[in-house]
Amino acid sequence: MYAFTYHRATGLRQAGNMLGKLEDSKILAGGQTLLPTMKQRLASPANLIDLGKVDGLKGIELKGRSLVIGAMTTHSEVATSPVVQQAIPALAELASMIGDPAVRHMGTLGGSIANNDPNSDYPAALVGLGATVITTKRRIEADAFFTGLFETALEADEIITKVSFPVPKKAAYMKFRNPASRFALVGVFVAKRSSEIRVAVTGAGASGVFRVPAFEEALKKRFSPKSLEGLSIPATGLNSDIHGSAEYRAHLVGVMARRAVAKAG
Amino acid sequence: MSATGIGAPVRRKEDYRFITGKGQYTDDLTRPGQTYITFVRSPHAHARIRRIDASAAKGMPGVVAVLTGADLAADKVGSLICGWAITSKDGSPMKMAPHPAIANTKANHVGDPVAVVVAETQAQAKDAAEKVVVDYEVLPAVVDPAKAQAKSAPQIHEVAPGNTIYEWHLGDQKAVEAAFKGAKHVTRLDIVNNRLVPNAMEPRAAIAEYDAGNDSLTLWNTTQNPHVARLVISAFVGIAPEHKLRVIAPDVGGGFGSKIFIYPEEVVCLWAARKVNRPVKWVSERTEAFVADAHGRDHVTHAEMAFDGEGKILALRAKTIANLGAYMSTFSSSVPTYLYATLLSGQYEIPQIYCEVDAVYTNTVPVDAYRGAGRPEATFVVERLVEVGAREMQIDPADLRRRNFVKKFPHQTPVIMAYDAGDYNASLKKAMELADVKGFAKRKRESARAGKLRGLGYSTYIEACGIAPSQAVGSLGAGVGLWESAEVRVNPTGSVEVLTGCHQHGQGHETTFAQVVSDRLGIPIENVSVVHGDTDKVQFGMGTYGSRSGAVGISAIVKALDKVEAKAKKVASHLLEAAEADIVFENGQFKVAGTDKVAAFGDVALNAYIAHKFSGQELEPGLKEGSFYDPTNFTFPAGCHICEVEVDTETGQVEVVAWTAVDDFGKVINPMIVEGQVHGGIAQGVGQALLENTTYDTDGQLVTGSYMDYTMPRADNLPSFRVETTETLAPSNPLGIKGCGEAGAIASPAAVINAITDALGTEEIAMPATPAAVWAALQKVNQSRKAAE
Ligand SMILES: Cc1cc2nc3c(=O)[nH]c(=O)nc-3n(C[C@H](O)[C@H](O)[C@H](O)COP(=O)(O)OP(=O)(O)OC[C@H]3O[C@@H](n4cnc5c(N)ncnc54)[C@H](O)[C@@H]3O)c2cc1C
Repeated sequence: MYAFTYHRATGLRQAGNMLGKLEDSKILAGGQTLLPTMKQRLASPANLIDLGKVDGLKGIELKGRSLVIGAMTTHSEVATSPVVQQAIPALAELASMIGDPAVRHMGTLGGSIANNDPNSDYPAALVGLGATVITTKRRIEADAFFTGLFETALEADEIITKVSFPVPKKAAYMKFRNPASRFALVGVFVAKRSSEIRVAVTGAGASGVFRVPAFEEALKKRFSPKSLEGLSIPATGLNSDIHGSAEYRAHLVGVMARRAVAKAG
Repeated sequence: MSATGIGAPVRRKEDYRFITGKGQYTDDLTRPGQTYITFVRSPHAHARIRRIDASAAKGMPGVVAVLTGADLAADKVGSLICGWAITSKDGSPMKMAPHPAIANTKANHVGDPVAVVVAETQAQAKDAAEKVVVDYEVLPAVVDPAKAQAKSAPQIHEVAPGNTIYEWHLGDQKAVEAAFKGAKHVTRLDIVNNRLVPNAMEPRAAIAEYDAGNDSLTLWNTTQNPHVARLVISAFVGIAPEHKLRVIAPDVGGGFGSKIFIYPEEVVCLWAARKVNRPVKWVSERTEAFVADAHGRDHVTHAEMAFDGEGKILALRAKTIANLGAYMSTFSSSVPTYLYATLLSGQYEIPQIYCEVDAVYTNTVPVDAYRGAGRPEATFVVERLVEVGAREMQIDPADLRRRNFVKKFPHQTPVIMAYDAGDYNASLKKAMELADVKGFAKRKRESARAGKLRGLGYSTYIEACGIAPSQAVGSLGAGVGLWESAEVRVNPTGSVEVLTGCHQHGQGHETTFAQVVSDRLGIPIENVSVVHGDTDKVQFGMGTYGSRSGAVGISAIVKALDKVEAKAKKVASHLLEAAEADIVFENGQFKVAGTDKVAAFGDVALNAYIAHKFSGQELEPGLKEGSFYDPTNFTFPAGCHICEVEVDTETGQVEVVAWTAVDDFGKVINPMIVEGQVHGGIAQGVGQALLENTTYDTDGQLVTGSYMDYTMPRADNLPSFRVETTETLAPSNPLGIKGCGEAGAIASPAAVINAITDALGTEEIAMPATPAAVWAALQKVNQSRKAAE
């Protein structure tokens, strides 16, 4: 780790100001991605702004037909929340599959989506559910939020405050873990909403989370695993590494999608 | 059996300090005035070092020194060595290349140290290390052992043309060829025994301190064998004379072989500590460990087994290329030779065996002994051949094994080893019952209904442990003897210290060794402490590896206890005023036979020291005895592991659903600890078979250089194990102990792959059988099935 200056923010506006003004500054949330990267000297921000003591960034609330979760809410809080388990059980389950207990007790929703690791789980839920990311500046639709590998629509001094998930009729997440890292080798989130059906895939895409229109079309006719039988996605544009070829990942997208539909019931 | 004696599942005495965080590992120690060292490591697999510019680094805050391979050479620090001489078929000696602790002219693998920075803090040392500018001329690299001997392959060391270290063989080639000619059936296999990264929980560490007043050095080091480390560092590397170097191995968190070896880092710490006249500390980071600790396995083998019409094995032949990496590590040469080919007879009567082994240099991390060391590789070859042979000849695999088991002992194999005791049928039978092999067909149908393939695989393994009779290993090239030492010190109050030359780094010696003493002397286990791991405290000893601490280390203790008892009887005879011949020792009491005169053990101990009851001319005061125990044979733990898997055909995911292990470890001192050793060994073997995927790219970069890509086994990769034992005593040592430390890792990979291939209906699956690999294999099976239709 290189030397850096630690700042404890006490309010959102102050945090935003610091982020805008301090040179080479970064938000510190759960630190589960940022700190290991800094320890390995792969990242060297000069200033860290800790959101840990900023009020109002944590919490889970059902507001009408939407589940609103604060950016600093930990994976463990989402996984064990009766509200989440009741409203969107697939989301609670997804959170319970992130990392290990230590990671889940520190890592946050905001940190996960701001980081947009192509193998992380939450992006599939946000895109799969058609969620909205709420920041210090605006509201961003999930489809527009994740812009590429470790890239998001966030501006340099913009902070995520919460995420609003519309409650679907049915949803499920199936994760095929990378054997080593246990991140998603392929994760598929399937949701049936009154307006639409969404199939979002994480882990497989070379530029992060993506939707599968062909699967969505097929499921619109009938929401059943049978509708996806024989369907697959092309391997082009998918990741290929020692853990699996692009062909294998393409195949797994089909398998995990069918299993997710079956699970959603 | 007493509650703490031999055979009792005593809770581990050492766990209190470990579980409460009171363990003292090397990294827990801080010496006054301590500095920190960081190694600048080669980012290239093969590169000439043109120039090193340390000027910027030297000017960084807190820097005490920047040292290079040139400084090391100028100080005439000797090369690291391999201590086991292997002779090639043509009679030529193995080609051991120099291994300077810091590369001077050429870096030979990613991670090879090229310079070091000593600084006031760890962060300062790291900061300065980034400022060391090394001008490299990058050379082409070779990483694949099968390609290392090609004419076109880059040459790594001048002394080893064709990167060949030795071309060794064992057995009667002509007799084997004749046997193959007469065979009814021949089974042929190409096998890759995958490279593994050891990953002990505690990374390696060293602190070196120079005492200028006495011109002596102390090294705290994560070593499995402090005396061997001291010997090599003194006699070969020449850092300090043996009596001026103290090596302390405090608590050590796992080794699995990787902490046997004498590495560059501890040598450099010692050398640097004297140079800067300050203590120097190094603690490996996990990522660093991936390129700094010796790896394991990495064999490429073609093997064939010849059978007659009844499924009797006639002969076995194998040709293996063993990758020893960029340098020959401390015992590397012995692993693919005398620890491998000598076990190719398995549990079977095989009349003829011939094995050829070429050991090669590549631009990879050095390879040396790792849990099992050669024996897992041998077991994998034998148990795959037998299993595949059974399938090809359509004989039940258990039945084929039974037909070929060695049944009479002693049994001389054609590959040096003489098995002295065992009952291979007994362990197979018991394992088959426990695993409910009879019910397998039903379970397979149930799995099929759930869309899954189920398979069952056996591994009836044998290993040679209790390493080792010194004369025997000496005749095979070992540079050391492999006896063990012990000293039993009875204190005046009757408590006991046992000084052992073994070293514990997870095995529980502080408990099992104390059990043996408690059992023998009839004293509470709390009154026994086990001392180890410090060359200033303990007499010379050979350390812990090769499942030797029970069979060899405890035998040395038993020998010393014999002497203690004999001496104590003399003391008791004076105390009880009886003839020495009339004294009997029972349940911790000395008795005069046929009378009610008794003396407690503590009274005798006290009298030995106060020496009031006998004259010092007649009997020496004190009660302390030592011994050096040299075994007369290896021991031969053996058993049967049965693995059952379910394969998800859609994803290729293999789940190990059941595991049965029935092992014959001879006399068991502590069944709980033995079971734990088996559990850990199976976990490592399942890791090798399913998960651990060391991958180098063709440039020699380690692709799996962290846990993000290197797959360690986790609890959820494993089922609950059924672990049982059978017992035939080892005739070569006093308690009949065989050893249990490596069995799990030796037996399990073959059991897993035999189960997977049984499920898939193809033999073409390499380790590790990752989901992607299994899925690909299934695609092939389906394609060839379609083509056949
Ligand atoms: C061992 C391990 C296993 C893991 N396994 C998984 C897994 O299986 N699946 C998975 O999805 N993830 C996994 N993770 C990642 C984990 O989920 C992280 O918690 C998450 O990626 C980052 O969240 P954080 O709160 O720790 O963020 P931090 O590490 O603190 O920050 C990450 C990045 O986000 C930025 N940031 C944080 N909060 C905000 C905000 N509110 N607004 C704007 N920017 C912000 C930071 O500046 C930084 O750039 C794993 C991590 C570890 C260490």
